[in-house]
This record gives sequence, C-alpha cells and structure tokens, in this order.
Amino acid sequence: MFGYVVRRLLSAVPIALGVSIVCFALVYLAPGDPIQTLLPPDADAETVDRLMRLYGLDRPLVLQYLDWLWRVISGDFGRSIANGRPVADEIFRSLGNTVLLATVSVLFAFSIAFVMGTIAGRKPGSWLDRVVTGTAVLGVSVPNYWLGIVLVIIFSVELMLLPASGMADDQFDPTNWEHLQYLILPAFTLSLIPVGIIARTTRSAVSEVMNQEFVVTLRANGLPEWRVLKHVLKNALPPVLAVMGLQFGTLMGGSILVETVFSWPGSGFLLSRAILTRDIPVLQGTILVLAMIFVLTNLLVDLFQSTLDPRIRRG
Amino acid sequence: MKRRLASLCAGFAALSFMMATPALAQRETVLRVAMTAGDIPLTAGIPDQGFEGWRFVGYNLYDSLTLWDLSRSDVVADIRPGLATEWRIDPGNNRRWLFTIRRGVRFHDGSPLTAADIVWNFDRFTKESAPQFNARQFAFARAYLGNFESAEVVDDYTVALTTRQPDSLFPYNVSFLMMVSPRRSAEVNHDADAFARNPSGTGPYRFGRMVPGERLELVRNPDYWDQARVPRHDRLVLLPMPEASTRTAALLSGQVDWIEAPAPDAIPRLRSSRMQIVTNSYPHNWAYQLNFVDGPFADVRVRRAANHALNRPDFREMLGGLALEGYANMPPSTAYFGNPRRYEFDPARARALLQEAGCLPCRITLAISTSGSGQMQPLPMNELVKAQLEAAGFQVTFQTMDWNALLQVGREGRERHRGVHGINISRSLQDPFNGMLRFTWTAQHTPRGSNWGHYSNPAMDALIDRALATFDPAERLPILTQIHELMSEDAVMLWVVHDLNPRAMSPRVRGFVQAQSWFQDLTPVTVAAR
Repeated sequence: MFGYVVRRLLSAVPIALGVSIVCFALVYLAPGDPIQTLLPPDADAETVDRLMRLYGLDRPLVLQYLDWLWRVISGDFGRSIANGRPVADEIFRSLGNTVLLATVSVLFAFSIAFVMGTIAGRKPGSWLDRVVTGTAVLGVSVPNYWLGIVLVIIFSVELMLLPASGMADDQFDPTNWEHLQYLILPAFTLSLIPVGIIARTTRSAVSEVMNQEFVVTLRANGLPEWRVLKHVLKNALPPVLAVMGLQFGTLMGGSILVETVFSWPGSGFLLSRAILTRDIPVLQGTILVLAMIFVLTNLLVDLFQSTLDPRIRRG
Repeated sequence: MKRRLASLCAGFAALSFMMATPALAQRETVLRVAMTAGDIPLTAGIPDQGFEGWRFVGYNLYDSLTLWDLSRSDVVADIRPGLATEWRIDPGNNRRWLFTIRRGVRFHDGSPLTAADIVWNFDRFTKESAPQFNARQFAFARAYLGNFESAEVVDDYTVALTTRQPDSLFPYNVSFLMMVSPRRSAEVNHDADAFARNPSGTGPYRFGRMVPGERLELVRNPDYWDQARVPRHDRLVLLPMPEASTRTAALLSGQVDWIEAPAPDAIPRLRSSRMQIVTNSYPHNWAYQLNFVDGPFADVRVRRAANHALNRPDFREMLGGLALEGYANMPPSTAYFGNPRRYEFDPARARALLQEAGCLPCRITLAISTSGSGQMQPLPMNELVKAQLEAAGFQVTFQTMDWNALLQVGREGRERHRGVHGINISRSLQDPFNGMLRFTWTAQHTPRGSNWGHYSNPAMDALIDRALATFDPAERLPILTQIHELMSEDAVMLWVVHDLNPRAMSPRVRGFVQAQSWFQDLTPVTVAAR
C-alpha cells in the first residue's frame, strides 16, 4: 500500500509539470499581456516596454518559466502582477472559500443523490425510477450559472430571504446564520450537476448489485429487506464514492461561473480574474495547486475505496 | 448602605452603557457601493481599475495638487485648487510652473504636508534611483507625465514643476497624481504592498479595513482640510462586483445602497422597485479612431460618409435612452464645443461621398472588443454600426478580440496593424489634452502617444502649439474651440454616442450630485435609516 501511495504521488510530478507548461504557453499564445492590464488604457507603447523590462517580462519565455519553476520548488509562488499581493496568500485564502463551498455542495449532492439513486436503482423501470432519472438528467442539463441567476431573482430579489452575492466576512463562522446564509444559494446551485451525476451512478450501481446472486441468496435466507439493502448499498458504494471524489475535484476548479455569478471569493473567481488580467503568477500558481488537489483527491478516493471493498487491491 | 448604593449605581451605569451601545452602533451610517471592477483598486497611491479606481479610492484616500470640481451637475467638471491653493507660470520661464502648497494639511498619520513631500512624491513616480520609486506608480503616472522634466522645492510651501516644452494644460495632468505620506512609506521601508495595507494620504476618508478581492472599508476623516467636504456618512464600503446582473440583484435585495452601471435592460425593473436612476452627460466617447495612412479612411470623404451613415437616435433607443447622440468629439456641454460640423443621418449623401471617393462598396476592417471599461454594450452596438454603414455602401469586417488585446492594438498603432482601418476604444475626454490633443497632434503619433491612426494636419499642429503656449485660460478657450471644430471638419473619428454614466441607488441615499465627470464626490451623500 505504501509503495502504491508513493508511486501515485511521484506520478503527480510530471502531471504538475505538464499542467504548468501548457498553462504558461497558453497565456503567452493569447493576445494581450499582464502589462496591458496594469497600465491605464492611455499609456503609450514606450511605457509598456519600460515596464516589461522592470517586471522581467521581456526575457525569453523558457528563462521566465524556469525561473518561476525554481521559485515554486523553493516554496515561493511570487507576487501577483495585478495587485502585488503574494500569490500563495491569494491562492490559499480563495482555496479555503472554494473548499468550503465545494464540500457543502458535494455533501448536499451526495445525500440527496444517493437516496434518489437508491430508490430508482431498486426498481428500475418503475415510475419512481423515471422521475428520479428525469430529475437527474435535468440537473446535469441545466446550466448552473443560469440557475444561479434565477435563484437570485427568486430568493434575493423577490422574496428577499437570502443575500444575492458575496461572502459575509473573511472569517467565516459556520455557526453564525449571518454568515451561513451567503453559502446557501451558491452551494445549492453548484450541487445541481453532482446531484445528477451521482444519482445516475448510484442508480446503475444499485440496480446492478440487486441482480447479483448473493442478493437472491440473502433474500432466500429470509433476511429482512432493509438488511438486504444494507448489503446492496455497501457493495454499490465504491463506484459512487469514486464519482463523488471526481466531482469534488471538478468543483474545486470548475466553479468559475457560479463563483462569478455569486461573487464568491473562491479559486474559480480568482482564476477568472487572473485570466482577464493575464496575471501569470496567479494563474500559474492557482492552476498548479488545483491540479494537485485533483490528483490527491483521486488518490484519497482510491484508498478509501480499497478499504471499503477489500477486493479492490492496490499493488 | 453605601455598598448597596454603589452597586446600584454601577448596575445603572452598566445598564445605560448596554442601552447606549446599540444606539451608537445604529447611529453609524454606512454607504455600500457595488463597483464594476473585478478587484479592489490599489490603495497605495494612484489606483488601478481605470477611472473607477480614481473615483472611489484615489480621490477618497488621497488628494492631488489640483482636484476636480464635482459640486455641480450642469457644466462639465473643471479643475480647482486641491493640495495647491494656486498655480502660475514662472514669468521668466514658460516651462516652469509654480504651485503654492496649502498650509495646515496633515496626512492621516498626522505628519504635516510641505513642499518637500510633493517633490518626494514626484520622485516616487519618476526617479528610478529613489528608494521610494515604485514601478507601478511610475506606470500609472507616466500617462500624465510625458512632458514632465523635474520637480524642485522653492520654499516650504512652493514647488516648481518644469516641463520639457511649454504646457499650459499641465495643471490638468497633476490632478491624476495622488500624494501619499512619506512618513508612512518610510515606516514600511517603502514597500508599496505594505503601504497599500495601511495607507496614509490626506483625503476625506481614512483607510478602515480591507479583505483582499472582497471589500474595502473607508471611514470618515473628521480632520479633512476642506471642512465642507467631510463625509456626511461614517463609513464607505466598496465591493467589487463585475457582473451587472449581480450588482442589480444586490441593490434590489438591499445588500448594497448604490450600484455603478446597471445594464440598460435592468433599468425598468429598478425603477419599478423605487430605486433612483441617476444619469448625466460626461466626457466619454464611444467612437472609432481611424487609420489615416492605410486604407479608405485616408480620404476625408470616406470619413465623412461613415459619419453621415449612422442614425444615432437608433443607438440611443437601443441603449434604453442611456446615451447621448455623438455628432462631434466632445459632448455639447463642453466649454470648447463651439460650432462643429454636424453629421446628420444621410445615407444618400454618404453613398454619394463614397462614389466620389471611388470607394463603393468601401471595404473596411474594424477592431472591436467583446467587453471593457467604458465600452458600453460593444457587440450589439457594433452590429448596429455595421448594419447602418453597409446600408450606405460600406462593407464591414470585424476583428473581434478581448479588451486587453484591443488595447494592445491601440498602443501599437496603425503601423503594426495596417489591415485595420478603425479601432473601437472608448476614451475619456476629461481635459483638453486627453479629449482632443492626443488624438490629433503629430507629436502624439503611436507608439509615443494615442494618435493611433497617425492623423496629421499642419493647421491642427499650429493650433495645438498655440494652445499649449497660451497660459491665460480665457485666451486659450477660443483656440481649443477651433481645435474641436477642426476635428469635426476633418472627421477625425467615427462618432457614435456619449455614455450617460447611469448609476442606481436606493431611495435611502440622498444628497448626491452627479457631476459631468468620470469622477464623483461621495462626501455629501447621506444614508437614511432603514
């Protein structure tokens, strides 16, 4: 097991390198550069050149990349070109907010979707199954940023029950309703796609396990239905957990639109700002950290799966 | 007995304190503003995030030598005394401006303002060897200090600023330069980021607290040197909200009291919720700078044809009335508007002009952006421009790009983009230089300045030289008027509309006077209790 974990961690290194190279190249392929956003629109080209020199952006790309890589290895993510703040501070503060949002969304999605999927999977083809499957398809199909705007119109503008955007304070207190209310709309919006995906996965896993011989044997032995279901769920859980882990990883980096709609100060919002301002140090740092989180989340899910189901052996 | 009396008194005192505390808390009035910016503007002097940064952070935390008079809504705002009480050109040297520094001004850290502090700040903008030199501040200041040569202390309350060539408009340029406290800068070893976390200026607000990327809170400076402009609310909270729909929802749900630039289609909804919509003309231009060297716009007949092809009221209607038809470079309320040639909608005349110029159909390529500061609704507006130009005999191709890429095209000039015949960058026309001279002066050809299409006219250059060497504002005014009229005569741009600068605020917000300016004064605003 230890060897497996080390191998998986080592395999993350080329992934991180690849991600950082692709990201670096993409930023430079796109027109515009960080200096363009740094300067007022009326600044002339001479000023741009002088500032490029002052920021070291006139050096060859390879040198700039290696310089950045060396500093990251030594733990320094550099400073944001747009606002001068340390990139590490920017990333970890926003990451904390995104972890909070993603965790609540995934847990919410999991609890709803697992029940939905189990109900549907027990009796495939029934009207309940059709309702659940339809709801799941709807969840995956509705663009979540659109849903976010609709929810804001209903709950913030019309009913005035929940705040429309932002986060209450930088020191989030989950026991404080004033703070908690900011989380509800973005978390619900963000959970919609995972609800659809997890419900579909649970449904197919449960219905597959229900058809296995051991279920027939359990029933033949006269086990009550709820105990049969317990065995079924235990066997159906590993693939569902794997999907849940993937969804968590996706939400960590893929919530750009929802975070922008709700002005939620998370990593997606940070990333979108960094893209618009071509803030290369922030962009590089955020993408690298998100990629690593994705890799680690998958590793954790794999390990958890193998403890749940000993048949899944990891070399 | 005494002890019982003492404890009774103590109990009473505690009770009154407990009762008084919520009352005190209630009395604090807070103005919460949703900005269009994606981040909090820089707090370390000259701000970023375009003129919105100047509007909400720059002129609130800091002052400049000259300030904008934002107290009236009926005329285009002009400069007035700020940290300088007066300025005059040195009678013996028409490149040397003498600024008298206001006495009795103190920075927020308590240090007094003297002439040496002004020179220290100019070194911060320009002198790379100075310990306080800051590359970002240099970058922001550079646009206004292109003609600056040196700064020197004459006496404790007089500063001399020398320009490279006579520049009668230089006092406008210094209005963009924020003066920070040298003492606070030294305390943080001239680290601009540390300074930004605990800034010190002379402005009507002091720094309260900041949550990076989320909110900036400024508090009233009761000791502000201009007692008439001590804020009438206790706290100003600035929130970056780049999404127009998010800002609208935040206002409607009572989360903020004031939003910048509501989308035109949200206005009826805001009005029906009793929100105040304020608009006013201001020196903004939604237009195209043209290429005077390569392609059809080198011919004045084609430029005039394009201007006659547009039916400007259609744009106004499309924008829900939140625009003013742009028939000339400046809005009509400008002092030097004059009597410019008016390009009425006349497609037949446009077609005839194209025929005469031998360019029918006239193929042109315009570089446009998908969004950007001051760009209004760039895509639908550009589509309407294309439809109307094509109806008059043009054939329009767009090069659509993001805002940064378009700014880059703008800075690099026509010489690097010979296939582009016009660029759609909305510009601020705050003062005569930025409003006219930089687009028309040969000395401002890119890459040195903003004359993107290399317009060059000896008559125009002569007028500009005269204006810059005329230091009496009354004598200068007719020259500036002639420059504006000549711009129209030569159809230097394709003019479309001027923005009306809409903002929406809750009915609780009172006392705001919307100046004809990119900047606004928030200090007279009061916020009524809920």
